[in-house]
Amino acid sequence: MSYINIKNVWKEYGDQVVLERINNTVEKGDFITIVGASGCGKTTFLKMLLGTEGPSRGIITVANEPLHAEPDAQRGIVFQRYSVFPHMTVLQNVVLAREFEKSRFLSRLFGSAKKQAVEEALTMIEAVGLTPAINKYPHELSGGMQQRLAIAQALIKKPRILLLDEPFGALDPGIRADMHQLVLDLWRRYKLTIFMITHDLKEAFYLGTRLWVFDKDRIDPQAPGAFGARITYDMPVGSVDEKASAKIRESLQQEDADLDEPAMSGVTP
Amino acid sequence: MKKLINQQPTKPFRWLLGIIPFFILLILYIGASNARLAENPNDKLLPALGSFVEAMDRLAFEPSKRSGEYVFWQDTVSSLERLGIGVGVSALIALIFGVVNGTIPYVRANLSPLITAISLVPPMAILPVLFIVFGLGELSKIVLIAIGITPFLIRDMQQRVLEIPSEQLIKAQTLGANTWQIIVRVVLPQVMPRLIASVRLSLGAAWLFLIAAEAIASTDGLGYRIFLVRRYLSMDVILPYVLWITLLAFAVDFALRKLSLWLYPWFHDQTPEGA
Repeated sequence: MSYINIKNVWKEYGDQVVLERINNTVEKGDFITIVGASGCGKTTFLKMLLGTEGPSRGIITVANEPLHAEPDAQRGIVFQRYSVFPHMTVLQNVVLAREFEKSRFLSRLFGSAKKQAVEEALTMIEAVGLTPAINKYPHELSGGMQQRLAIAQALIKKPRILLLDEPFGALDPGIRADMHQLVLDLWRRYKLTIFMITHDLKEAFYLGTRLWVFDKDRIDPQAPGAFGARITYDMPVGSVDEKASAKIRESLQQEDADLDEPAMSGVTP
Repeated sequence: MKKLINQQPTKPFRWLLGIIPFFILLILYIGASNARLAENPNDKLLPALGSFVEAMDRLAFEPSKRSGEYVFWQDTVSSLERLGIGVGVSALIALIFGVVNGTIPYVRANLSPLITAISLVPPMAILPVLFIVFGLGELSKIVLIAIGITPFLIRDMQQRVLEIPSEQLIKAQTLGANTWQIIVRVVLPQVMPRLIASVRLSLGAAWLFLIAAEAIASTDGLGYRIFLVRRYLSMDVILPYVLWITLLAFAVDFALRKLSLWLYPWFHDQTPEGA
């Protein structure tokens, strides 16, 4: 049995089919980058992995157990924005997970327990290179630093699965390259299983171990919602040759031009 | 020559520009007062500035012949006490209900329509009910303030909680938080500065309800005094009292603003209009 099994998963909103017949397996340590046109359901798919949405049909299992239907500590998440707490400093943001875990009522630690949690947090902050900024609030950090913080915050929980929803979409290209290096390092060091949505094809071809392309392989022009998207390409990263890459690019652009696509899933453009 | 919208006064000039209207008002008043007093030295409508000093001196620094109290300070303490308790209780209720309403959909579905309905009842219209139910003592005045501003505060708090990005709530869950922990560590600290901001906005209404309640049934208080001396056309007392109330309102607002800046620097740095 594989680590994550996705068995015949569908997602429908009324008679709009967003995703259909998704079947796949994921091994521990896979780093999957997901690309797809706007509104093709890749964010919906991520939400199902996260637990904020359930599949309409089918089942997703992790380690042979059905996925919990609400977000929990099993899966870490980094969103494009808003995933750090603005009222806490960098250090407080990272320590928070330990406080949630060890102090169920007050959610605050004191004395030696606090010291231990702070030390652990400092190691994590060091790993993402934010040590000089531990006492700053998120609004004092640049976009890249905020995303580093969000990653450190998620990783201190040692999630089995890390979900990244266009984490670098709002960053400058130069900073993006740094962040890629960081994510690759952390992925190796903590043996994470990562799903990352991206809009940047270069990023998708370069990062991780597998590339998934979400696309509709059947389109009914009279009823654009009748068929959902599927995983049309699933290939190991590195093996994407010119021909395949051109084909993927073409399929994505085609979809983007096709703007009558209903944005049912609230997918970010 | 720059366009008008791009011309900024320098700091001292800005101060001067701000003070000028007050001076003009003062001079207009003195002129009008002098004109009336020249015609009739016993005119009570626009007393000379000296009469204000005299009246305030009598009320603030001489014990009352009847009760032995310093009337002005007694009025101030009574009014501030009522206002403080009324607004404090309202803020506390609003914080609890607003946060719970905002975070827990089942509670919101249950209570939100009721709170909206209550907020539409004009508080002054039920003042007689309060007097009947709570008597003419302190309680009914405090309850009037609370009824007047709490529904607004609750609705505002609920809205502020709902404005917290869902990403944060999801993130907290992935960090292992339960509902209670999300409330105490994520929601509550973030709505506190917003509560202070809404309290500041509701202070005007709170003063209105306070003075109304004092005017109708009370034995002391700033509002009571104003309405009492109205019978004798004592503008020499009314106008300084109004000035004093304005000053107090400003001081309370200023103190709340400073408190918020001091306690929640992260809030004011990221929202320029939050100052």
